[in-house]
Order: sequence, then C-alpha cells, then structure tokens
Amino acid sequence: MTFTMIHQSRRHEIEERYPEYFKRSFRQRFGFAMVVAGTLLYGLYALWFFDLPRLVAEAQWQRFGIYLSQWVSYDVQPELRVKDDGSIETRYPRFSVLGDDPHPDWIVDTADGGKTVLIDGTSRSVAVNHKQAVVTAQGQSVTVDLSGENPRVIGQAPAWMTVYDDNVLASFGFAGDASISSDRVRVRKRFLGWANFVFDTHSPFFNKPAGEVISLITSGPRIDPEQSNLSLAFDNIWFNNAWQHGDVWTKLFQTIVMAFLGTLLGALAAFPLAFLAARNITRNRLVNQVLKRMFDFLRSVDMLIWALFLTRAFGPGPLAGSGAIFLTETGTLGKLYSEGLENIDDKPREGIKSTGASTALVHRYGVMPQIVPVMVSQTLYQWESNVRGATIIGAVGAGGIGLKLWEAMRTNSNWANVGYMVLLILMVVFLFDAASNAVRHRLMGTNKAAMGH
Amino acid sequence: MTTTDMQPTGREIGATWERMVAKRRLYTLIGLAILLFAFVSSVRFADESNAGHFFERLPHLFDFLSWLIPKEWTDVWRALFDIASPNDKGGEEYNFAKGRVYFWGDFYVPEYFELMITTINIAIVSTIVGFVFAVPLSFLVARNFSPSTPLRLVAKRIMEVLRAFPEIVIAGLFTAVLSIGPVAAIIAVSLHTIGALGKLFYEVVENADMKADDGLRAVGANWFERVRFAALPQVMPNFASYALLRLEINVRASTIIGAVGGGGIGEELKLSISRGFGAKTVALVLLLFVTIVAVDQFSAWLRRKLVGEHAFLLQH
Repeated sequence: MTFTMIHQSRRHEIEERYPEYFKRSFRQRFGFAMVVAGTLLYGLYALWFFDLPRLVAEAQWQRFGIYLSQWVSYDVQPELRVKDDGSIETRYPRFSVLGDDPHPDWIVDTADGGKTVLIDGTSRSVAVNHKQAVVTAQGQSVTVDLSGENPRVIGQAPAWMTVYDDNVLASFGFAGDASISSDRVRVRKRFLGWANFVFDTHSPFFNKPAGEVISLITSGPRIDPEQSNLSLAFDNIWFNNAWQHGDVWTKLFQTIVMAFLGTLLGALAAFPLAFLAARNITRNRLVNQVLKRMFDFLRSVDMLIWALFLTRAFGPGPLAGSGAIFLTETGTLGKLYSEGLENIDDKPREGIKSTGASTALVHRYGVMPQIVPVMVSQTLYQWESNVRGATIIGAVGAGGIGLKLWEAMRTNSNWANVGYMVLLILMVVFLFDAASNAVRHRLMGTNKAAMGH
Repeated sequence: MTTTDMQPTGREIGATWERMVAKRRLYTLIGLAILLFAFVSSVRFADESNAGHFFERLPHLFDFLSWLIPKEWTDVWRALFDIASPNDKGGEEYNFAKGRVYFWGDFYVPEYFELMITTINIAIVSTIVGFVFAVPLSFLVARNFSPSTPLRLVAKRIMEVLRAFPEIVIAGLFTAVLSIGPVAAIIAVSLHTIGALGKLFYEVVENADMKADDGLRAVGANWFERVRFAALPQVMPNFASYALLRLEINVRASTIIGAVGGGGIGEELKLSISRGFGAKTVALVLLLFVTIVAVDQFSAWLRRKLVGEHAFLLQH
C-alpha cells in the first residue's frame, strides 16, 4: 500500500487557502453532537416525566392482539348446560350473531346424549356429556370430570389449560376458548370476517345464500306486502342493527360536508381580506397589520377551542364543526392567500395600470391570473386536510363520524365496527388525496400527477 | 415550409378567440353553479342534522359569552396560578387551590401549567420520535436513494396509511393497552408524524442535488456513506425546518387528542367548557393561546435561522 505524502509547506498552503474547512468554529464542530446529546437528555427527562418504564411494565399487551383480532373477526358463544336429568342444553347469549333460532352445524349430538362443539374440525373440539368434558387440542385429549362440586382435570393439565378452583380454562388461540365449570361449559368459537355485515338477524334475508337473495329481489313474491323486495332489502341493509350502515354513511357524509362548508366559507371570507392584508395591494400598514394579527388569532385559538365553544352555542352536530373549521380556515387561508399575493410579479399590474384601467380591472387582469391557481391549490389542500381534521373534531361533539368512532371505541366491545369506520375513513382520505393532487397538479401546470405521485 | 398562405385573417382570429372565451366562461359558470348547488345543499344538510338549528340558535349565539365572562376578572388570574378564591363555596367551579402540584415544601406548579407542560411534552416527544423514524423511511422512499423498488413501494404505502389513519383510533387502542394517559396520545401523534414528515422529507430528498452523490458513487461508497455524506448535509436544514413546523402542528394535535381522553390541557378545557366554568375556561384559553403563539414564534425564528426567508406552506 502506498501513501501519497504531502509536503509540510503544501499542507500549510492548503490549510490557509480553505480556512473554513480546517479551522471550524466550536459550533460547527460540536453543534450536531450537542443537539443529539440534548435530545437524548430530553428523552431521559421524558421517560421520567411520563413514567414510561412503569407504564410499559404494567401494560396489557395481550389486549392489543385481542382488540386487533376483533377488528376482523367475530365470535359465537354457545353455553352447554348440564341439566338435572343428564341432558345437555345449548344456549346462546341475547343478540347472538346467529339469530334467534340457531342450530349451527359445528355443534353435533353424540350417542351418549352429550354434545360436541367442533372448534376447528375434529382436531380442536369440546365434547360434553353429563359426567365429563373432553377437550381436544394440539393432538391431545384431556378429560375434565364434571361429576363433583368443582371441575377436576384427570391427569396432567397441558400448557394451554389453566386450572382454577371452580373453573378450567382451555385456550385454542385465535380459534376460541372454552371455560368449563361443573354445571356448564361456555365455548367461544371465533370466525374470521364480519358477521351479518349485509343483513342482520331480524331481516327476512338473513342467513340466505347470495343467489337466493338475488332471485328473491328480482323475481320472488313480496315478503312485505307494503313494499317491493328490493326496497325491503335496501331498508334492511341501511338499518342493519349491528352495523348501522345508514348512520355510519350519513355521519361520514357529515364529516365531508363539514370540511367542505368550513373550507369554502373560510376561502370566501379570506379572499377579500387577503387583498386588504397584502402590503403590496393595500398600501396601509395599519390595515395590513390588523388583518394579519386577526388571521394569527383565528389560527392560534385553534380548531378544538372553536369546536368546543360552537358545540355549546349550536348544540352538537355538523354546524358546530363547520363553524370551527370556517373560523380556523379563515385564519389559515387568509395568511396563505396574503403571502401568495405579496409574492406576485408586479409587472402585469403595471402593464394594466398603464392602460388607464380602474383598480378593479387591474386586480382582475393583473393579479387574479397569477394568484388563482395558487389559491385554488392551497384551498384544495386545506379541504383535504380538513377532512382528516374534522374526524377528530367530531369526537368532541362537533358532529360527523368522529363521535360515532369514539363511542364505538369507548365500549371496548365493538372493534369490528371501529375497523369498518376506519376503513371508510381511509378510503375517503385516499380518494380526496388523489383527487386534490390530480387537480392541483393540473392547475400548477406540472405533469407530476402523471408520474404516479 | 412557409405558412403565410395558411394564416387566417384577423376576423377569423377574433372569432376563434371569442369562441374560446365563451366556452371558458360557460365552463366557469357551470363550475360555479355546481359549487353553489353543493354549498346550498350542504348548508341545509348540516343544519338539518344538527342538534340546534342555525337561525333558531343565532340569537342565542352570544348567550354563552355570558357564562364565559367571570364574575370577577381577578378569578382568571387566580385560576391560572391556583390561588384560593374568595368565591369558593365548595364545588368545582372555584376550587383553584386544589389543583396545585407540590414539588418540594411550599413550592408548587399551578395545575394548568403542569397540564400545558404535559401537552407540550407530548408534542415534542412525538415530533422527535416521528423525526427519528421518518428520516430513514424517507431515504427508502425517495426515488434517487431507494435501495430497491419493492421496498420503496411498501415503505410508501406504510407512510400513506400512517398519515391517513385517524389518530383517535390509535389513541383509543393504546388507551386500552396502556391505561388512560398521555402515552397513548404520544403514540397516536407520533405515528401520524412519521407519515406526515416522511412525505415531506422524501420530497426534499428527491429534489436534492445529485452531484455529490455521483462523486461518492465514483469512489465506491456504499448506501450508508452516500446517504450520510451526499444527501444529509444538503437536506438536514430542510428536515429540521419541517420538523419545527410539525412541532407547531403537534402542539395543537396533542391538545385535541387530550380532549378525547389523552390527558393534558385539552381534557381540562373540554371539561371546563362543558360545565360552564367561566373563569377556568378563560384562564385555559388564555394559557393555550399564549403558548401556541409562543411556540409558533419560536419555531418561525429558528426556521428562519436554519433555511433563511423561505416561505413554507402550512401543511397538516
């Protein structure tokens, strides 16, 4: 290996020629390291401030998995009761997703008068008769004796079984679980998918295959003499009890309307005010400053505070949300518009002025052509981002899907509905994102949209 | 080729121009008509589905100002600094002194300041977390630095979902896991920040000057060296500036998340407004307003130092 040696004098010469690279200031040399060190120190402080180690230790991470799996699955919980005469009775909780008269094919009668619940074919099952429950999972069969006061596991209990005094819990993972007491066995069987998404259990179309439903709608006799089958089916879907499609879609539409109204009104209010606030259009420092501070005020008070106040004034609903977005947006768009106006090229204005045109005409032909694409683009961007913001504002009572989402989460039992609404929101946001991007790129005269942005 | 024989006469040019303008005016009018229709029907829809109707409630619009105005203005200062009020007759409206957070001896931090600090800490921590994750993600997504196309597309989709995912759902999910408190809010705001900053960052990276990268490639630098020495020095000021802009937005976002159960000052404000506590509400709004303005001014000052007089679009 060879090194190229630089002569001492040559080195000095280079050092003197580029002092900014060889004699760097303290800030240049250690500035970045100090920012990193400061961030790390702040991180330690935040760990202490939020008590993070304790929170993480006490967190119930298993809930995370449970709730997330509930987004895309549902369960049925039959209860097998051992009656006094030795027979087994199957009961379902109220509002079971199977409807009022369930006879699922995964609960089979056995020869000894007992019943077997097939949780995952025959490889995972619970067989119950009046004397014992046989739980099969992972290639093992474990017998639980039910004849005594408390259930008793015969032999060694496997790892997937938890034995309590009066209760034995068998877990089958995602597929479900079984809780065994001496007089009843409660089984939970979990299915992937959303139960009764189209028709709920009260609908006459419930539990019918798609082909039959279609033939009923198109050519079947009227189920309800008052209306056609098509409108009945639509009615049943729209007022589906479990999923509340009608309500969810109306609320989603409310959110979009809130964002639309708020942004449009904000733009209408901000447009004339921006002309007064721009220092190159209105040559009055006082008016400029007053309006600019007003924009700052409207923006800084924040959408949340406006929403809380207006909810009190107008009652909960989209009116309050629209008002909150309108007030914030007047500030934001006013600021953006006036900054845009201050950055325009003055030459077209001078040209129009030199022809002796009136002020209105100067603005119309000298200013507007330059500023309108910018304004429309910014307004579209704000609308799109307000659709997202309106969701959150809704949760404090300002209407729209936010409140519904929040209520569904509050109960901690309806995560599938949360998943449904999140899916709808994501779809709407992506749709708006794509649409506003396309329009903005067209307006700004770039072909970036075609590049797959 | 000469085109003189194909040139239209002045009259024809005028006619074509008029047709063009008429067409454009027609489109503008149709557009405006659609907008007007959408506007009117939206107003009606919003009004109908609201609990109270606009014209019904309009005369009462300023009623709420009457509860907002405290009996004594000094109560606002007392509420702000947790000084016992002579109006305190039990109940929660005037129990200012109860909220004191004692540190040692008689030294206490007023409750609202403590809550404001919590909210600001939520915003700072989420901005830092978002920044730390968004930087590597942006280099995976940027066309000019992405190591592989499938990875790029996957990372881009992840960023888009993170950006669009409703924050309250993440907050709600983690509230169930971590118990109610600010940490759920941190996670929710952080995840959104990763998506939002990642998008801004990768656009900055894509616009970077690639000459330095060419030089590094020529001497056989690997991906990390290229990112470190070719890209980062160029993009870091912009990154930092966008992160500061995000900090401003996150202060607001963490207030809102607080109002729906994430702790901090938002929750207190919501409670205070819904119960109609005038002095407390005024104190909270004042504190929040001053803080937001201070954070905005500080960040604007720092950004000017970092990137000069750049006009940044406000981005959510």
